[in-house]
Amino acid sequence: MSLFEYAHDLDTPVHPVSAPDYMPVEQLRALQLHRLQGLVRRVYDNVPLTRKRMDERGVRPEHIKSLKDIALLPFSMKTDLRDEYPFGLFASPMNDIVRFHCSSGTTGKPIVIGNTQNDILVWQNGCMRALAMCGVRSSDVMQVAYGYGLFTGGLGLHYGGEGLGCAVLPISGGNTDRQLMLMKDLGVTVIACTPSYFLHLIDEGMKKGINFKTDMKLKHGIFGAEPWTEEMRSKIESLTGITAHDIYGLTEISGPGVANDCQYRRGLHIFEDHFYPEIIDPETLEPLPDGEKGELVFTTLTRTGTPMLRYRTRDLSRIYTEKCPCGRTIRTFERISARSDDMLIIRGVNVFPSQIEAGLMSIDSVLPHYHIVVDKEGDLDSLEIKVEVTAETLSDDIKSLEALRARISHAVQRIINISAKITLIEPHTLPRSEGKIKRVTDLRKKA
Amino acid sequence: MKIKQISLFLENKPGHLNAICRTLAESGINIVTLSLADTQQFGIVRLIVEEWQKAKEVLEAAGYVVNVREVVAAAVADRPGGMAEILDVIGKAGVNIEYMYAFTFRHGKEAVLVFRFDNPDRAIDALKTAGRDVLDAVALFSKSK
Repeated sequence: MSLFEYAHDLDTPVHPVSAPDYMPVEQLRALQLHRLQGLVRRVYDNVPLTRKRMDERGVRPEHIKSLKDIALLPFSMKTDLRDEYPFGLFASPMNDIVRFHCSSGTTGKPIVIGNTQNDILVWQNGCMRALAMCGVRSSDVMQVAYGYGLFTGGLGLHYGGEGLGCAVLPISGGNTDRQLMLMKDLGVTVIACTPSYFLHLIDEGMKKGINFKTDMKLKHGIFGAEPWTEEMRSKIESLTGITAHDIYGLTEISGPGVANDCQYRRGLHIFEDHFYPEIIDPETLEPLPDGEKGELVFTTLTRTGTPMLRYRTRDLSRIYTEKCPCGRTIRTFERISARSDDMLIIRGVNVFPSQIEAGLMSIDSVLPHYHIVVDKEGDLDSLEIKVEVTAETLSDDIKSLEALRARISHAVQRIINISAKITLIEPHTLPRSEGKIKRVTDLRKKA
Repeated sequence: MKIKQISLFLENKPGHLNAICRTLAESGINIVTLSLADTQQFGIVRLIVEEWQKAKEVLEAAGYVVNVREVVAAAVADRPGGMAEILDVIGKAGVNIEYMYAFTFRHGKEAVLVFRFDNPDRAIDALKTAGRDVLDAVALFSKSK
């Protein structure tokens, strides 16, 4: 069957690598079941912890007869990777491992993921399909400003770009002046980095008098590795004229390229022939039907190095039941605006940093440089939001700055329902991030 | 007849004003006068300097966001009632003062009032009609030397 078989009648030119995105659903489910059965057997035979958990539940690999039976399987979590550090969850001998990646753990030790050659190819396939979904093609020049190294962002997008035949600039993070110079001189058309780092590039570029709309050839931004809001997307797009795409992934599952949004932006399409999604109730751990909101869980159907059964991402989302107009048959989840790990409880109210960001972005003249500080004043939680003033917000009279403060305060309170102290601070004083940005300081934890 | 004033946002923290002054000093820029407006949390420093473009440039290079505004400078006699006479004229013209500050020179018996008006052109007309001395940049900076 030709790769184009599923995609031939679509209006938009579809890249051949995207063919599995359009696979008929029955065929996709059959493939997933076949892969799941192989995976469960592999993990049962090679990972003592999982075998023990399955034995405790009386579940054997041959009990997986349909995709629904996935609910029989035990979950895996970040703490398992910590407890079994470094190699406990490996399902392949070191002979087959070709590359490690690490991600920060909950304690001092990182979590370690071993990739086989197969895993690198699966991951590359996800990144190629993510980029192709954004409209990236072999004629593009792609600057990868995600960090290279143990972090999966840099190498993931690098392999994806090379796989599509792009001219890849593996600049990694940092050295903003050089980033801007090469972006301009090489006519870079695609930038891949964290959204907060791109904002930093915009900021520094503007200081140098660079107009992103006229001085750069940028068309697409591939942003991920940290939660960001729809409001932030609009801000980036209006400042630079590029199309800002959301890429999703996590080291435990492979890296970037687990899911991505298409031109319709109705959530993120999951490359579910490799990464099988479920939504569960984070309290009862029961699977929830499509459409309901809960914790996103992935099973790595095709990975062999450190495969994951029902890995709990801590990300809150829902799987859409509506079809996307792009025609893809793979399922779609709602953009992650909140990670359950990021949730703050302030005066008994659940607050997500992304809600605060949405409030800030609703003020036209606020650039997205802010930091949230949670502390205790006596017995009461206090919430302070530091916001950098900008050339547009800065006025020379106190009245208008106080008015700006009141507008910000009002916009934030409207969304989170509790009051926050807004502190205006000098421009360019908050630390800029070259990787994942830290937006919250919770001083209560020290007490 | 208007004078350029540069202003900067300032957090209310030790050393922040000094950092601005240092930056200007290192570029050999003399501050003719300065005024601070402050709240508990932040302040705005407003500066009159002769080479305002250069000041803006070096401050921006140092990472500050600099605002340039036009203000009106009027010379008055440095004696009791000198300022009241000017304010009479402005009040009668129906112009609102957003903020103002005053300073005197080392030599001479004049003081300078610096105004930010909601309607500067009307204020200038009224002051001139009343025979008051509205200073342009040349006159202001020559007096300051």
